[in-house]
Amino acid sequence: MRKILLIIGREYFSRVKKKSFLLMTILGPLFFGLMVILPVLLAKSEEEESIIAVVFTDEHGKTISGMDEFVAKALPNTKFIKFEYLSDVQLKALLKVLAYSKYYAVLHIPYNVINSQIVELYSKKQPALSIEMHIIKNLEQFLFKEKLKAKNISPEVFYSAETKIFLKTIKIEKSGKYYETEARELKRLVGYLGGFLIYFFIFFFSSQVMRGVIEEKLNRVVEIIVSTVRPVQLMLGKIIGIGMVGLTQFLIWIVLLFAIMFGLQKYVAYNESLYLTQYQPQTIIGTTQNTQIPLQQKENEIVSSNIKVETAKILLRSLKQIDFTFIITMFLFYFVAGYILYASMFAAIGAAVSSETDTQQFLFPVTIPLIFSLIIMGYAFSNPEGSLSVIFSIVPFTSPVVMMARIGWSIPLNQLILSVILLVLTFIFTTWLAGRVYKIGILMYGKRPTYKDLVKWLKI
Amino acid sequence: MNHIIEAQNITKSFIKKVALNEVSINIPENSIFGLLGPNGAGKTTFIRILNQIYFPDKGEILFKKRQLKSDDVLKFGYLPEERGLYKKMRVGEQIIYFGRLRGLTKKEAYENAILWLEDLNIRDWWTKKIEELSKGMQQLIQFIVAILHKPEFIILDEPFSGLDPINSNIIKQKILQLKEKGSTIVLSTHDMNSVEELCEYVALINNSNVVLQGKVEDIKQKFKENIYRLVCKGNFENLNKLSEEKVGIINVFKKYDSIIDVQLKLKNNFTGNDLLKDILNNFEILHFSEQLPHMNEIFINIVKRNRVDI
Repeated sequence: MRKILLIIGREYFSRVKKKSFLLMTILGPLFFGLMVILPVLLAKSEEEESIIAVVFTDEHGKTISGMDEFVAKALPNTKFIKFEYLSDVQLKALLKVLAYSKYYAVLHIPYNVINSQIVELYSKKQPALSIEMHIIKNLEQFLFKEKLKAKNISPEVFYSAETKIFLKTIKIEKSGKYYETEARELKRLVGYLGGFLIYFFIFFFSSQVMRGVIEEKLNRVVEIIVSTVRPVQLMLGKIIGIGMVGLTQFLIWIVLLFAIMFGLQKYVAYNESLYLTQYQPQTIIGTTQNTQIPLQQKENEIVSSNIKVETAKILLRSLKQIDFTFIITMFLFYFVAGYILYASMFAAIGAAVSSETDTQQFLFPVTIPLIFSLIIMGYAFSNPEGSLSVIFSIVPFTSPVVMMARIGWSIPLNQLILSVILLVLTFIFTTWLAGRVYKIGILMYGKRPTYKDLVKWLKI
Repeated sequence: MNHIIEAQNITKSFIKKVALNEVSINIPENSIFGLLGPNGAGKTTFIRILNQIYFPDKGEILFKKRQLKSDDVLKFGYLPEERGLYKKMRVGEQIIYFGRLRGLTKKEAYENAILWLEDLNIRDWWTKKIEELSKGMQQLIQFIVAILHKPEFIILDEPFSGLDPINSNIIKQKILQLKEKGSTIVLSTHDMNSVEELCEYVALINNSNVVLQGKVEDIKQKFKENIYRLVCKGNFENLNKLSEEKVGIINVFKKYDSIIDVQLKLKNNFTGNDLLKDILNNFEILHFSEQLPHMNEIFINIVKRNRVDI
């Protein structure tokens, strides 16, 4: 026992003390977060003031004057996009000098736009998506209202008839218990992240086990160690030590996650106070305090700069609806059990071969269920209680990943227990099997063994 | 004589072949014991059985007259043939790690490690990674790892391979010191010069069987072929006149300035004394000695003979 602890300690500390461990632990989520945030940040920083000239033409292409009101109503200025109505310049002449002018683009609106629904934007460079969207959205809305007016329908009447559906989903259990499933998007996200993380962890740390075994075999350290401990002890020590590295990493991430949640809470509280003082009148109108109003509807009511506060609020509210204790417990279990299952097989492969290049033929069949489970996860993501999802969240080789995809949703207890028991039994079996291959393999050098050889080793 | 290890009728087979066939080897306590044999003879398998890495199919190993136990590994030291160290690990922590695997406490391992590194004048290697060291330097560390826990029984598999003459000599001195302090050392090697220098006893394994075993001196006596070296002053022709039935000249090293240096083989119970009597009148004898066979010759002869048998 003392010796296995020694081995675990060496495997653990030799990895945790490495700089790459710290880098990956800290930079991993940072990098991931950056990938999400970066495009938004970049898009933002790109924004600079763009003045767009607006020209109206008649059927002969001559410029029309007197459209000031149209422009003022249909094309509101924003912080970055300004419209300037030119009533006395011919379009062709303007386009000729556009490249040298202060204008970012020229928006050409023909007289029959209400029927043709075509406007043209001439620009120096490919216009930014935000500008395109701004023009389309506002023109559409304006022309739509104009059409309503022409048909004698007041916009107020129209809007009061407009309907949006918010689907509340309620699950009824056999016991007759009801429950509303909330925060569906977030639950899907948590499931996806959890499943993917397990997949990644299993692959990453099992490979480390395999590489460690090959290293020990190649530099013959194994010969010394095996003269003091049983081979199986060495294998288990390695698997446990490296698994603990993964757990350490995961725990650090959990702490980070809670730190982020805490930060989010502070952020919301701070902005809320600002928001209330500035925008109180609008928000109170028509909105009783409720959570069911979809985000989009609110969006219309508030100024865009406050969308992120709202998003943060909703995110926070959803986060609170997720049972993190349960999810983290399940994650830890499925990570540990799935990891032992695969790491033992990877260790056996590492012991059987004499170089890393020889591992391919054996790795292939072992990793197929793992990769397959990723595919099933994609399905379980959209249909967490479909029969495929249920079956593969119970089958041991795929359950760690697939069950995680379902974990955000309440899982029937019997399924969960069956899945857990099967997984535990299977990893005990594979570890035993792997131990037999391992103890023969690590002292065999030379020719790459065939599957036939492996079967013979199992019988020894 | 006390034997620290008695291997009795050890048989071990693998899937494709028999590695050891009824091998019995006795290793006297506090001796340096040479374990010899060509490649693939079964030496490594035997060493692994001693180290309890393998278990014999048949037969048993006695350690100090009782059956070998798994705890006994703490009293064993082992230097494997190929270097067995973690490349990325630092010298100090590596020595301590292996020391602790052999039952030392962290403190003991640390203290012994410092003592040995200082003894070998390599204290400043403590924080070096193994991969930064040359092959010979790594071998010194490997040697320390094998003996850090003051084992009673030490197995050294090719300890001199890759070492320069200086380091090779250092290790030889250390081996002799360890023997002085009471350890028993098994030396598995192809380097017959070091066997000649160090070993009192040998066993030769060939084709899974022990083909020769015993005290080096006895073996040499047994394999001697009555070859003598004679250095004398006189006329070479007179030497040639000796009866061919009694004396055969094998080698002439020198025959000028009336000094003769030859290697002779005496036949048909013709002894050294008989020869000396015969030539005493005609020659001035400068040197006369019996030439015992070198372990190398014995090794090659036996192995070749066995091949012919097959």
